[in-house]
Amino acid sequence: MSDSTTIANAAVAEAGHPHHGEHPPFQRHHFESVVQQFDAANFAMWLFLLTEVMFFGGLFMSYLIMRNWYYPAFVEGSHFLSIFWGTSNTAVLITSSFTVAMGVWCAETRRKKGLILCLILTFILGLMFLGIKGIEWHAEWVEYHVPGLHFSAETFLNPASAPEVYKEYHDKPLSLGMANKTELYFFLYFAMTGMHALHMVVGIGILAYIIFRAWAGAYTTGHVTFVENFGLYWHFVDIIWIFLYPLLYLISRHQ
Amino acid sequence: MIEGTHEHKDETEEQIHIVSPRIYILIGATLLILTGTTAAVSFVELGPFNVVVALAIAVIKAMLVVLFFMHLRYSPRLTKLTAISGIFIFLGLISMTLADYISRAWGRW
Amino acid sequence: MSTATIVSLPDQSTARIPKVNFLTKENGLLSWLLTGDHKRIATLYLISITFFFFIGGALAALIRLQLLTPGAELMATDTYDKVFSMHGLIMVFFFLVPSVPATIGNFVIPIMVGAKDLALPKINLLSWYLYVIAGIMMIYTMSVGGVDTGWTFTTPLSTHYLNTHVVSAGLAVFVAGFSSIFTGLNFIVTIHKMRCPGMTWFRLPLFVWSNYAASVLMVLGTPVLAITLVLVVLERTLGIGVFDPAKGGDPLLFQHLFWFYSHPAVYIMILPGFGVISEVVSTFSRKRVFGYTAVAFSSVAIAVFGFFVWAHHMFIMGISNYSALVFSLLTMLVAVPSAIKIYNWAFTLYKGSITFETPMLYALGFMGLFTIGGLTGVFLGSTGTDIHLTETYFVVAHFHFVMVGGMLMSFLSGIHFWWPKWTGRMYPEKISQFAAVVTYIGFNLTFFPQFILGMLGMPRRYASYPPEFQVLNVFSTAGATVLGVGYLLPLLYLTWSLKYGAIAGENPWQATGLEWQIQSPPLTENFAETPIMDHEAYDYDWLERKQASEVASV
Repeated sequence: MSDSTTIANAAVAEAGHPHHGEHPPFQRHHFESVVQQFDAANFAMWLFLLTEVMFFGGLFMSYLIMRNWYYPAFVEGSHFLSIFWGTSNTAVLITSSFTVAMGVWCAETRRKKGLILCLILTFILGLMFLGIKGIEWHAEWVEYHVPGLHFSAETFLNPASAPEVYKEYHDKPLSLGMANKTELYFFLYFAMTGMHALHMVVGIGILAYIIFRAWAGAYTTGHVTFVENFGLYWHFVDIIWIFLYPLLYLISRHQ
Repeated sequence: MIEGTHEHKDETEEQIHIVSPRIYILIGATLLILTGTTAAVSFVELGPFNVVVALAIAVIKAMLVVLFFMHLRYSPRLTKLTAISGIFIFLGLISMTLADYISRAWGRW
Repeated sequence: MSTATIVSLPDQSTARIPKVNFLTKENGLLSWLLTGDHKRIATLYLISITFFFFIGGALAALIRLQLLTPGAELMATDTYDKVFSMHGLIMVFFFLVPSVPATIGNFVIPIMVGAKDLALPKINLLSWYLYVIAGIMMIYTMSVGGVDTGWTFTTPLSTHYLNTHVVSAGLAVFVAGFSSIFTGLNFIVTIHKMRCPGMTWFRLPLFVWSNYAASVLMVLGTPVLAITLVLVVLERTLGIGVFDPAKGGDPLLFQHLFWFYSHPAVYIMILPGFGVISEVVSTFSRKRVFGYTAVAFSSVAIAVFGFFVWAHHMFIMGISNYSALVFSLLTMLVAVPSAIKIYNWAFTLYKGSITFETPMLYALGFMGLFTIGGLTGVFLGSTGTDIHLTETYFVVAHFHFVMVGGMLMSFLSGIHFWWPKWTGRMYPEKISQFAAVVTYIGFNLTFFPQFILGMLGMPRRYASYPPEFQVLNVFSTAGATVLGVGYLLPLLYLTWSLKYGAIAGENPWQATGLEWQIQSPPLTENFAETPIMDHEAYDYDWLERKQASEVASV
């Protein structure tokens, strides 16, 4: 390399701009190419999901420690969750993940109608998830299992007072100390599902905007970054639920 | 608009590995089947293995979502490294904290 | 002081600030508030963090005034608690964490990697707005009565025993945390994806490496703080009990989660400072940084080790002895990469052509003070001495040596170093050298006595103390006054220089970085054409040949 090819006045037009043609309208001015722009946005999204992992990580760790400390309380607490609704919700969310993935595929292959259909399906499935979550939360409210606001350990001191659950699990009464610890279980349950639901609400909000823009044809001209990144976010929220589901609903059925 | 972007089409599609819908359908179906399986297994008494099985299935499901729905399998090495570093640091948080909790009161954990 | 200097300014009678630059491109308030330009956002950040620095500084002055006398004469003890808590919160979250990365880093990193802007300009602007929102929330907290938990939000104190404004302070820190996450995320993406042709990883200036390491810590650590603060706020508002022993929760869990962020946070604060020192030491000794690769990797090593040492803040809190042992050992390990840096800078000075311009004076001050601060950290990392010294003024002196002696010195060093690039004008050299020396003297006078106070057993966070500690406390307060002068001077002469400073020209320091090869202040898009990096970082021979060829071609 000769030294005269210096920084500011280098003859870089050839090397720096692999294509001389016009930039597509969606390319931001500070990127050299669409590829670079897509790469950067995609990488940024993954990094953001990394922060989300650590955000939920604190909750998962609290759950792990508290469950080991107050095992009986966590077991009997989880008996009040409905496996039917939990499993249905998992299915709903996985299906919505599938429709988003299909939506991304439609955007990549420039199928506008398919994209809008997939996004609207996702939107509906997302609302369905929140609806089912609402049914479950309502059930906990009725049972006095909302910590801090509306809580009583009565059903754990005297399991027979909740006949439906008692019929299925035949839980033994917990000591007063342990029964009070069920509040921790329900707190973590509400914190984790609540934080997850909050992410769903944000996701659905963004989705509404994307549907609106997709209608105008914004994502079917080769500029798929936004849809792709939204997909990553949605799948991530799905993954959190994939872990919440067994931890909260399934692993304590027997003991 | 469409004409203007024509020359970039190949480039963009080369960059983004387009996963065929067949794989999506396959993965989506597998995920639903695994969900059914894990729910069914939870009704069987396996002792401590209920937890193991439930979490193992959850990990498999998460892996499928990450690898195929999130395209990690077709992504550059940097993205893979990012995902792995997230798991690594999360395990760091868990293991170092648990090291304290477990050794604080041996045997009563 | 040596009169030798490398400063070369253009002929003042003909030199002009370039008409088109990032400051003059657009006018009006909106063009600033809606800007995507990293240099403008850096300027916004500089103004806002200076504002918070002086609020925090005023609170520090109140603390020192209170401690002038043994009794609680100036304020009531609970007021004193609020003053030191607000000092800590503002200085940590509103000054130190964003100080170098969000201002200097924001300004020079895209130029150093040869890019037109950060990868995500809108996210960068969002980060500043989040900072401002968080700042307003913090000022609100302060104006309605403040918070007296200390900056650590320690439970159950913060959740059960205080009726001050923990919720709004916690939410302010939560929002500020996301501001720093977005800055870090932006840097990582930019450094990975926006490097110009020829700019390999090992041609990057060390400033970029150290900011990269700090960004990794921001991205991975801050969310844990965020969720912890959410739990504290929920505990206060709904009484849910994860940290409440009465309900079966565990206050130590709070400590684990809090320090999982807050220990790496000290590396978030100091690592970008290391980067500044690498640039300055190399430029003013006219030598490539000794052991470039070792310095680069030591930043990464600090980032990795930094995540696994947090429990050394908890040695006396009842964590298990075995894990205290492990954390103690890991803490000692962090000293290794830090020492590598100090030794390498010392070797860079060795046989270099050293000149003593203001940035270099600050950098030399940094090297001395940071070494003391770092070594006392090893005392505190040993479980035995920690039991004696923790929660005393020894700890206060230790982290002020690292944070103020280290970070603030390097921040001022960096501001003086890049000021001519930023504004196009030089500050008055003599008075700035004077300010650097005043800062150094004032700093030592303020904080060195606190080491002795701590050894003698004076606990931190009390409004009064036994009379036998008064002599040293008077020294400390006197030093704080000198230090205050040292910080006010730059504010005055830097502002003065905006209008009256000499025209700096492109490269007043004869430095090699890409940012010194373009006009000052830079164009909005930084480079007229995409640069190509064809030489190593800190290659002074390349600079000489380039300048020779420019002269020849003129």
